[in-house]
Amino acid sequence: MEDIKQRIKISKYWNSLFWIIGFLSTLVGLVLLLVLMIDLFMDGAPRLSYKFFSSFPSRFPEEAGILSAWVGSFLVLLVTAGAAIPLGVAAGIYLEEYARKNWVTDIIEINIANLAGVPSIVYGLLALGLFVYLLKFGETILTAGLTLALLILPMVIMATREGIRAIPGSIREASYALGATKWQTVQWHIIPYSMGGILTGVIIGLSRAIGETAPIITVGALTFIAFLPASPVTSEFPFISFKWLMDPFTVMPIQMFNWVSRPQKAFQMNAAAAGIVLMGMTLLMNGVAIYIRYKFRKKIRW
Amino acid sequence: MVMDPIKAESKNLDFYYGNLQALKNVSLQIQERKITALIGPSGCGKTTYLRCFNRMHDLYPHNKYHGEIILYPDEINIISPSVDPIEVRMRISMVFQKPNPFPKSIFENVAYGLRVRGISNRSILSEKVEKSLRSAALWDEIKDRLHLPAFDLSGGQQQRLCIARALATDPEILLFDEPTSALDPIATGKIEELIMGLQEHVTILIVTHNMQQAARISDFTAFMYLGEVVEFGDTDNLFVNPQNKLTEEYITGRFG
Repeated sequence: MEDIKQRIKISKYWNSLFWIIGFLSTLVGLVLLLVLMIDLFMDGAPRLSYKFFSSFPSRFPEEAGILSAWVGSFLVLLVTAGAAIPLGVAAGIYLEEYARKNWVTDIIEINIANLAGVPSIVYGLLALGLFVYLLKFGETILTAGLTLALLILPMVIMATREGIRAIPGSIREASYALGATKWQTVQWHIIPYSMGGILTGVIIGLSRAIGETAPIITVGALTFIAFLPASPVTSEFPFISFKWLMDPFTVMPIQMFNWVSRPQKAFQMNAAAAGIVLMGMTLLMNGVAIYIRYKFRKKIRW
Repeated sequence: MVMDPIKAESKNLDFYYGNLQALKNVSLQIQERKITALIGPSGCGKTTYLRCFNRMHDLYPHNKYHGEIILYPDEINIISPSVDPIEVRMRISMVFQKPNPFPKSIFENVAYGLRVRGISNRSILSEKVEKSLRSAALWDEIKDRLHLPAFDLSGGQQQRLCIARALATDPEILLFDEPTSALDPIATGKIEELIMGLQEHVTILIVTHNMQQAARISDFTAFMYLGEVVEFGDTDNLFVNPQNKLTEEYITGRFG
């Protein structure tokens, strides 16, 4: 009897010990992030104002702003989403619903998983060769958007496949049993029911893309831009213009990098302020992703 | 036994999942506007046999058919590779074991088969949906909430919705794969009553795990064992006076 009690006591001691180790480990990540954010806020918050968002960069730190950077980031992401969503979703649907399961699809599958792990600068080099030199797109918004699209393509494909796999086989069978073709089934069931998962994956991908710096520098983003790309909306027919695609640009992280590399303290403050904005954008996008997932989960039950 | 017109007939049907033979030389005649039940222990091939009739096996790789299933009156072999499975499925509908409504509205669930056939005229759809829901004895319960999600219905109602969905396209044969195995006794009773009423319009082939159910609702029963039809005949005869020893052991509950 005494022996068992002793054993239990020792076992419980180890149990509590791990509880403490686990708790402290969790705390390390959390506290560091918090400290980082507070530090960023203390440095940058005083610079956050309407003027900061509406001004071009400048030699004078007090007058410098992030107008060209956030507009650039926004337009680049627009191109990224426009390219990555159709390509990724179509590829995901093909692999799940159409492709025969054999060694070729196995290899494709392994390669897609590997692509997700390729360092982003390597994508930058690929894009430099392909989009800038071979296809002559130049150092433009189009090039940057397509580069980031390549970067997040594996994520979109995998999110699409996960979303599709969550659809029970009985729903597919019900559709086919009524004489539906594959495309009818995909169009009326597979795509709508997996949309929650797809959108979540796309937004998580975009929130990664918005912070990417290396591949954008590689394809030749400028670090100092005091003008905006051509407006996508025009006053003349047909009111929409795609000239902006071919304009030079900068993006948020590059603007930040530019400021950090200046010696003056005031520019460091600008960098911190831009950092807050960038982090806010990422958190906002992740929040939207969580909301969309919640919405779709509520709407669709099996 | 008086023979009514035959709606479908399998002749020397073999079926393979890869190398595994699941059906051996199955020959059966399905009579028009009658209920034919398939009974037998788990793994005897009754569901495999049922799913041959609308080519569900074509959805998965490595499945092979040999032999014939002839559909009358036009005498086409519905398992022949030259016959498009989609055409077969448009003529022969299926109701599954577990209710599997789409996560859409009640209306859209029933209208789906029609939409697949390219019908989008609102009034035709409404008319057909109402007719099918009436045939499935569901109309009175849900006529005011056609646009609510199908998942708001109870399990039994969902299964009747699936029956309405299968009926909407006026199939020649309706296949039921253990349609009440996921339902409570009251819902089961309603579905059985419904199936018996449907035979006026459509030929029915039903797989059931429940021998009493086969005895209650079917006109003909086939007892299957290890991929073969052991005995086939008039339901009353088969249950009262089985000819084969295996059949007798199964229906008296000595194995199964």
